[in-house]
Amino acid sequence: MTNVCLYFQVHQPYRLAKYTLFDIGKHSRYFDEAKNKEIMLKIARKCYLPANSIIKHLIEKHDDFKVAYSITGNALEQFEKYTPNVLRSFQELAETGKVEFLTETSHHSLSALANKDEFVAQVKEHKKLIKNYFGQKPKIFRNTELVYNNDIAKMAEQMGFKGILAEGWDSILGWRSPNYVYRPAGTKMNLLLKNYRLSDDIAFRFSNKHWNSWPLTAEKYAGWIAPILGDSVNLFMDYETFGEHQWEDTGIFNFLRHLPSALKNHGISFHHPSELLKIKPKEELDIPNTISWADLERDTSAWLGNKMQQSAHSQIYQMRNAILSSGDEELIADWKKLTTSDHFYYMCTKWFNDGDVHKYFSPYDTPYDCFINYMNVLQDVALRLRQKPGLFASIKQFIKEVNK
Amino acid sequence: MSKLKVLMFGWEFPPFKSGGLGTACYGLTKGLARNGCEVTFVMPVTPEGAKAKFVKLIGAGNNVRIRKVDSLLKAYQTSDAYEDGYLYTPSNLRKVYGKNLFAEVQRYSVLAKKIAKEEEHDVIHTHDWMTYQAGINAKKTSKKPLVVHLHATEFDRTGGHPDGRISHIEWLGLKEADRVITNSEYTKKNVIKHYKIPAEKIDVVHWGIDDVDVPQFDTPLKKDHIILFLGRVTLQKGPDYFIEVAKKVLEHEPDTKFIIAGDGDMLPRIINRAAELGIANRVIFTGALSGDDVHKAFSTADLYVMPSVSEPFGLVALESLKNGTPVLISKQSGVAEVLKHALKVDFWDINEMTNKIVGVLRYNAVKDELREKGMREVQKFNLDDPARKVRQIYTAMGGGR
Repeated sequence: MTNVCLYFQVHQPYRLAKYTLFDIGKHSRYFDEAKNKEIMLKIARKCYLPANSIIKHLIEKHDDFKVAYSITGNALEQFEKYTPNVLRSFQELAETGKVEFLTETSHHSLSALANKDEFVAQVKEHKKLIKNYFGQKPKIFRNTELVYNNDIAKMAEQMGFKGILAEGWDSILGWRSPNYVYRPAGTKMNLLLKNYRLSDDIAFRFSNKHWNSWPLTAEKYAGWIAPILGDSVNLFMDYETFGEHQWEDTGIFNFLRHLPSALKNHGISFHHPSELLKIKPKEELDIPNTISWADLERDTSAWLGNKMQQSAHSQIYQMRNAILSSGDEELIADWKKLTTSDHFYYMCTKWFNDGDVHKYFSPYDTPYDCFINYMNVLQDVALRLRQKPGLFASIKQFIKEVNK
Repeated sequence: MSKLKVLMFGWEFPPFKSGGLGTACYGLTKGLARNGCEVTFVMPVTPEGAKAKFVKLIGAGNNVRIRKVDSLLKAYQTSDAYEDGYLYTPSNLRKVYGKNLFAEVQRYSVLAKKIAKEEEHDVIHTHDWMTYQAGINAKKTSKKPLVVHLHATEFDRTGGHPDGRISHIEWLGLKEADRVITNSEYTKKNVIKHYKIPAEKIDVVHWGIDDVDVPQFDTPLKKDHIILFLGRVTLQKGPDYFIEVAKKVLEHEPDTKFIIAGDGDMLPRIINRAAELGIANRVIFTGALSGDDVHKAFSTADLYVMPSVSEPFGLVALESLKNGTPVLISKQSGVAEVLKHALKVDFWDINEMTNKIVGVLRYNAVKDELREKGMREVQKFNLDDPARKVRQIYTAMGGGR
C-alpha cells in the first residue's frame, strides 16, 4: 500500500487572432481578446469554479486530503483579467495550507529545448508570480508538458529546485515501477514519475463507454490503487479534465468527490510532491532523450515534429536578443506570449492517430493555416524591430533567415 | 462471381474529352472492370471526333466496350456553342444531327432505346443531364434499374443561373432514377436543395485516382515563383478570382508568374482583365494542355490553385499531389471534404487566398510540409474503392441477380 500524490496542471494560452498578410505593418493586435475571454469564462464555469469548490470542500472534510497545482503565467494573467473570481478561489485554496504550488515556465514554453537564458528567465518569472499570488516558494519544478531530459533536470537543480516531475513512460523505466522515487542522472534531486496508466484512466478513458472498465467509480479505482507497492502513486493530469475534457454529465465531479473516502477505506492517504523529497531515491535514471506526456510517442513531436514547427520555433528564439535589447516592453510581452507551446501544437500534422486530439484543441482549420498566421505575426514583430536601429534590415532578410 | 453487366451512357471519354468528366468516366469504368463489372460505354461522337482513332480506347481493360453514337454532342457545351458548331458542320451531315443541343439530346435518347434492346445489361448508369433522357428511355425498354450519376448540377455550372430547360432535364433524371450518385457531400446537398430529392436516395462516392507515372523533367533553374491554374476557363472554375488574386500576390511578391492552363468561354475576358490590371507580362496563357505538358506544368509550379466557385469533386487536385505539387483548393469543392493536407479557402475570399499563397511563397517549410504530407495522403486514393462502392450500389438495387 502506498499514498497518492495528486497534481493538476492549469493552463490557457493566449490564442492568436486571425492575422493576415494585410495586417502586417498596419497593427500589432495579435491576440484574440474576445475569444480568449469567452473561452476563459466558459472553462471557469465548466471546470475551474466547480472543481475548486469541490477541492475546498474535500480539504475541509478530510484532514489528510491535499493536492498540488501548477498554474501557468498565461493562465494567471488571464484569470486576473477575465475571471478574477477564479483567481480568488485558487488563493482561498492556498490559504488552507493543503495546497502546494509548483513552478514551471511562465509562458508554458519549450524554451528548455531552445534557449537556456530564456528558460531561466521564464522559470524565475513564474516563481515570482507564485510568490506574489500564493505566497509560496516552490521546491518542485515541472516543465511544460512534462518535457524532460537529463539536461533539463540539471538546469532545474542549478536554479535551486529539489525535485522534478516527468512522465513514467515505459521506454525510460523498462522493468521498473513508476511508483518509486528516482534520481535524475548527475543530480541530487528527486524525480517523481507520473503513473500514466492510472492518470489516463481518469484524464482520457473516464467517459469512454467502449472501455471495459467503464463506468469508473471511485471505489473501483481505489481498489486498483490499494495493492500497489512503492513510495507514491503519482496522478498527474490537466485540471481541465474535470468538467471540460470530461463533461459534468460523465460523472467526473462525483468521482472526484468520492475519491478521498474511497481511498480512505483502503487506508490510503494523500501527500504533496514536496513530501516525497524526504524519500531516498531507488536509483539514478539516465534519460538523455527528451520525453513528454503528450501523444502516443511521449516525445516532442507534438510541437516540433514537422518542418513548420521547427522553423517557426527556431525563428522565435533567434529573435530573442534583438527583442530584449529593443527595451520595448510591449514588444517583449508580445514576443513572450508567442513562445507558448500551444501555437506549435496547432501546427502538428500527425493526423492519423493523435491528430484528432490536436484538432479538438485547435482554433484553426488546418495546421497550415496556423503556421501562416503565426509567421505573419512574426513578420510584424520583425517589422517592429526594424524600427529599432541595427536590428532587422528588411522583411526579405527575415524570410531568408527563416528559410535557412 | 458472375460479371455484372452495366450499360453506361456518357458524353466523353479520353482522349475525347474536355474536362474532368471524361477522366472520371475513364477511372470509373476502369475500376469497375477490375471489380467484377462488364461495362458498355455509350457516347456521342462529333464529326471530327469520329475521324479520330479514339474508338480503340486506351487501356480501360478488356471488360469495357465503347459504343459510339453519331452526334454533335460535346461535353460542357452551352446551347449557343452547339449552334455555332452546327453552322460549321458540312451541310450533308447536318441533316442527321438535330438543329440544336436539345434536339440532339432528344436524338441521343431515342437511339438509347435501340441500344438498350441490343446490349445485354443488368443495370443502367448515366452521367450528367445530356444522358438522362437516354437513361430513362433505356430503363423503359429493358426495365432494368437506373443509376443517375450527377457530376455537376446546372446550378454549379452556371453559378446559380440555370438554363431552365437543362435544370428540368436534371430534375426529371433525378426523379426517375432508382439511385442517385454524387461525387461529394457538397453536391449531394446541392441536389437536395435545388431538386428536393430525398437524401436517402442519394449515395456519395468520392473519386479516386490511379498511381500516375510522373515523368521526370530537367526543371530549368527558375528565378520566379510559379502559381498554376489548370482547368477549363469557365465561370465554374473561378479563373476571374484567380486573376484578381494574381494582382494582389504580385503586390507582395513581385517575382511571381501565373500560368493559366486551359481553354474556355471566359478566356478572352481573363486575358483582357490581366491587361487591365497591368499584369499581362506576369500571366502566361498556355491553352488546354494534355499528356506530358500537364506533368510539366505541375512540375514547374510551386502551388496549384483551384479557386472553383462550385466543384463537385476536383480530381485535378489529386493529380497535382501525385505530381508533387501542393494544392490550394476552394472550400466549395468535393475534394476539400476528403483531403486534409491542402490549403482551403472560400473561392470569393481573394484576400485570404492571397494571404495563403504568399505564405507558401515565402516559407519553404509550409510548402515542403504540404508537399510531403499531401503526396503521402494522396496514395490512399485509388480507383478500386469508388468502383467497389458503385458496384455495391448496383447489387443493392438488385442488379446482376
